[in-house]
Amino acid sequence: MTKKKLVVIGNGMAPGRALEKLLDTAPDAYEVTIFNAEPRVNYDRIMLSPLLSGEKTFDQIVIHGDGWYVKHGVTLHKGATVTAIDREARTVTTARGITQPYDKLIIATGSLPIIIPVPGHKLAGVLSYRDLDDVEAMLLAAKSRGHAVVIGGGLLGLEAAAGLKEQGMDVTVIHLAPTLLERQLDTTAGHLLQRAVEDRGIRVITKANTKAILGEKKVEAVLLEDGTRLPADLVVMAVGIKPNAQVAKDAGLEVNRGIVVDAGMRTSDQDIYAIGECAEVAGQVFGLVAPLYEMAGVLAARLAGDTVAAFKPSAVATKLKVTGINLFSAGDFAESPDRQEIVLRDASRGIYKRLVLKDDAIIGAVLYGDTSDSAWFFDLLKKRSDISPMRETLIFGPSFAGGSPLDPTAAVAALPDEAEICGCNGVCKGKITGAIASMGLKSLDDVRARTKASASCGSCTGLVEQLLKTALGDAYNPAAVQPMCACTHLGHDDVRRLIVAKQLKSIPALMQALEWNTSCGCAKCRPALNYYLLSTWPGEYVDDSQSRFINERVHANIQRDGTYSVVPRMWGGMTSAKELRAIADVVEKFKIPSVKCTGGQRIDMLGVRKEDLPAVWADLNAAGMISGAAYAKGLRTVKTCVGTDWCRFGTQDSTGLGIKLEKYLWGSWTPAKLKLAVSGCPRNCAEATCKDIGVICVDSGYDIHFAGAAGLDIKGTEVLGHVETEAEAIEVIAALTQLYREQGRYLERIYKWAKRVGLDTIRQQIMNDVERRRSLHERFAYSQKFSQIDPWAERAAGKDRHEFAPMADFTRKEAAE
Amino acid sequence: MSTHEQRWIDIGCIEDIPVRGARVVRTPAGCIAVFRTAEDEAFAIDDACPHKAGPLSQGIVHGKSVTCPLHNWVISLENGDAQGADEGSVASYPLKIEGGRLLLDLRRAQDRSAA
Ligand code: SRM
Ligand SMILES: Cc1cc2nc3c(=O)[nH]c(=O)nc-3n(C[C@H](O)[C@H](O)[C@H](O)COP(=O)(O)OP(=O)(O)OC[C@H]3O[C@@H](n4cnc5c(N)ncnc54)[C@H](O)[C@@H]3O)c2cc1C
Ligand code: SF4
Ligand code: FES
Repeated sequence: MTKKKLVVIGNGMAPGRALEKLLDTAPDAYEVTIFNAEPRVNYDRIMLSPLLSGEKTFDQIVIHGDGWYVKHGVTLHKGATVTAIDREARTVTTARGITQPYDKLIIATGSLPIIIPVPGHKLAGVLSYRDLDDVEAMLLAAKSRGHAVVIGGGLLGLEAAAGLKEQGMDVTVIHLAPTLLERQLDTTAGHLLQRAVEDRGIRVITKANTKAILGEKKVEAVLLEDGTRLPADLVVMAVGIKPNAQVAKDAGLEVNRGIVVDAGMRTSDQDIYAIGECAEVAGQVFGLVAPLYEMAGVLAARLAGDTVAAFKPSAVATKLKVTGINLFSAGDFAESPDRQEIVLRDASRGIYKRLVLKDDAIIGAVLYGDTSDSAWFFDLLKKRSDISPMRETLIFGPSFAGGSPLDPTAAVAALPDEAEICGCNGVCKGKITGAIASMGLKSLDDVRARTKASASCGSCTGLVEQLLKTALGDAYNPAAVQPMCACTHLGHDDVRRLIVAKQLKSIPALMQALEWNTSCGCAKCRPALNYYLLSTWPGEYVDDSQSRFINERVHANIQRDGTYSVVPRMWGGMTSAKELRAIADVVEKFKIPSVKCTGGQRIDMLGVRKEDLPAVWADLNAAGMISGAAYAKGLRTVKTCVGTDWCRFGTQDSTGLGIKLEKYLWGSWTPAKLKLAVSGCPRNCAEATCKDIGVICVDSGYDIHFAGAAGLDIKGTEVLGHVETEAEAIEVIAALTQLYREQGRYLERIYKWAKRVGLDTIRQQIMNDVERRRSLHERFAYSQKFSQIDPWAERAAGKDRHEFAPMADFTRKEAAE
Repeated sequence: MSTHEQRWIDIGCIEDIPVRGARVVRTPAGCIAVFRTAEDEAFAIDDACPHKAGPLSQGIVHGKSVTCPLHNWVISLENGDAQGADEGSVASYPLKIEGGRLLLDLRRAQDRSAA
């Protein structure tokens, strides 16, 4: 049997799902060819927001990698826009002139973002928010850390604003209506949301009408109707979408708002189907994946020969995907005389719940602040259940309606099996609990892998976790507290808290008191515990060298062949003839094979034999050099530039400040490595804006930056604040380091810690609360008393001698025999 | 060569090794890592990880296992087998403690070097 030719226009989420199902049920029925205008594989468009905010990478949001197409024999033309459908000849043709015949054709061209045609809307720097190219352009623009204006305060606009803010831009959202999300929220709730958005440092202007976008070559400002001029390096228009039906229209297919299809997804042409956002069923178009995936299921069934599968649009729910803001809305909110509302407000806890009722059934629901009952309400809504018997208590959720108010899992436990948990993938409760029981699933990842629940936008993660908890009882630890390792159920923060609360001062005491389930931990928890104890009890806790990774135990970096590298400190990157001579001598004396300048402005000697280490150190110490701690979860380098000493642009003594900082901070242990840099002017030759802590000298003093990264992740720093004197700069930096020492989880770099606890809370504690800064600084200074001991001097003098000599040597004896 | 009789060699005393630590014994066939656990047991295995020959003696010792310092494979001290999802094994050697002295039977290493 020759396979029929199935051609797909568009490679978005809807056809992706349809093909998955089709290849599952009828793998050999069609020879599939896809044309995609975007030059890439199928990815999860919903996750563009986490991509923009930096919580995900593109690889993590790919749905079908290149391998998938190869495996299923599907031909994908990337970057190929179909410009014409010839229904007579039954072919499609692309802009580049490829013509491809079809037996069956699927149109899945999605939507186009609406662009308001104000003057200037075509300037460079005006973007929509629809695909990866938009996100990449935004990320690029964000590098300037300039001003962004987002036009449109709907779900997409707010997600874009939060992401751009996260990327360091100064963001303003302008919104036409008097309150945000006016279709879903009433005025009060709209204000609650506005406050939450403003708390993240995003400016919100409502009742704002855009008059023009200004700029010469690229956008420079947005002009509002009332004359306000907002500076802008980037403008994102997120004002809505319209079905992308042009190719269909040109081919003479019936098009209304979208491409008109019947319940079997068939267009006015027998052999042509349409699904996704471009399709219109019974006068309705859709903009969320849940119904699109249902369309995909129907289409796959039809193409596999089913003649009755039919699409029934059901209510859809949305969540705002901005970390830290909980907002759920579903159904219909329009006001009308035959509808009633139940509203619950708890201003002090920032909670707002609104149910819209009609004929004793819920037809709309909005939950703000606390969305834990969303699945229950949504289920009642979808089923149009009669709520009159529980009307009085309805708004308080299932736990009230069914007793047992305090158990957080009660809400999910009360759900019927067919209640939908994962909207994106259409997975109901019964399917998840069934899979947990029959396949013995134990973790969120297991559930994601086996059922797809929580695998797309992730907003149902909490519910899935509660199902795991209900099914597995205490055997399940929700990911909210990731245990440190398999030796304990406690998370890092719990352990740190308990160390203080229970006055735990040694690893064995801690493991006893906190009921570790292994005899002496593992290579993950022991180094972490050693650090926590050391930083909590300076001067009291005795370091446990056997709980340190080898590099920190012998104060050199192990290499792939078992030899070591040695990096002496060069304060602020400065060196001298004496130091260089000593290094040269050591290299020759111990026949060290490689000498290299590091990326940290100092010199690395690589390939030192372990037994030579103490003698190498003795020689370097003799020339006044100490360990550079290139191995430490502690202070590494302070890079500097030449500053006022030499540079014609230098505004302050950057080299001097760098050296002072390095001399003050060296020896301190931190959760992960700590790298600093000081640049003498904003030209920033010391690359201070990608360091854990950076200083940019300016005429008026010192701009202190933090939370940058340039390793596995690349991230520019955030500004901590400005100070006028060197002394203040040093105090601020020491206080920041101490705060990080006290709150950071082991192996968590500053930028990750800052992201977790919030930049503003850190700024508040260090820059605004002078008392707090001072006490942090004092604690830092105190702990430094016990840590500024050069490990090399100790070892050259004989400490840990056992480390560096074999216990017994039979190679020589053997030779003598 | 007699195969059944053991040939014990005194390599030092258990106190020479730090608790939850290791030392190296050099032999013509390569280094052997001798470990001491928190419970004062001692084990001897080749000082070369089955993955990429990382020096196991430099790893962190926990329970009756060691985590390799290069890429974190976990190796059983009792039989030299890689734990968890990793596959591989290193040679282990008979070792006993008598009156605090460590006695090691090196014949397996010698057989290997002779082969
Ligand atoms: C020697 C050096 C490369 C060089 O030849 O220049 C180096 C060498 C190593 N780096 Fe690095 N890094 C070196 C500068 C950097 C820099 C540049 C800088 O400091 O300005 C970075 C990016 C900046 C940053 O840290 O954000 C850098 C980011 C990393 C990372 C990624 C860390 C991250 O959290 O993203 C690792 C992996 C890790 O730590 O887990 C790493 C790990 C390593 C290790 C320790 C790998 C290992 O575990 O064995 C390498 C040790 C080699 C050795 O024995 O010396 N190295 N490494 C540089 C030593 C600087 C120094 O003087 O101390
Ligand atoms: C930032 C963002 C966040 C979102 N968040 C959510 C959310 O939280 N929850 C939710 O349910 N939904 C969300 N959505 C909506 C959801 O992503 C869309 O509903 C869904 O992706 C639409 O799928 P689709 O297959 O219809 O079209 P699309 O995924 O848009 O795919 C259409 C594809 O067709 C290609 N194409 C168009 N014309 C042609 C042509 N002539 N020739 C060839 N190829 C063509 C396009 O390049 C595109 O790749 C979000 C959307 C965005 C942009
Ligand atoms: S980049 Fe760093 S970790 Fe990677 S090989 Fe080079 S020195 Fe090693
Ligand atoms: S060499 Fe031991 S884990 Fe790679």
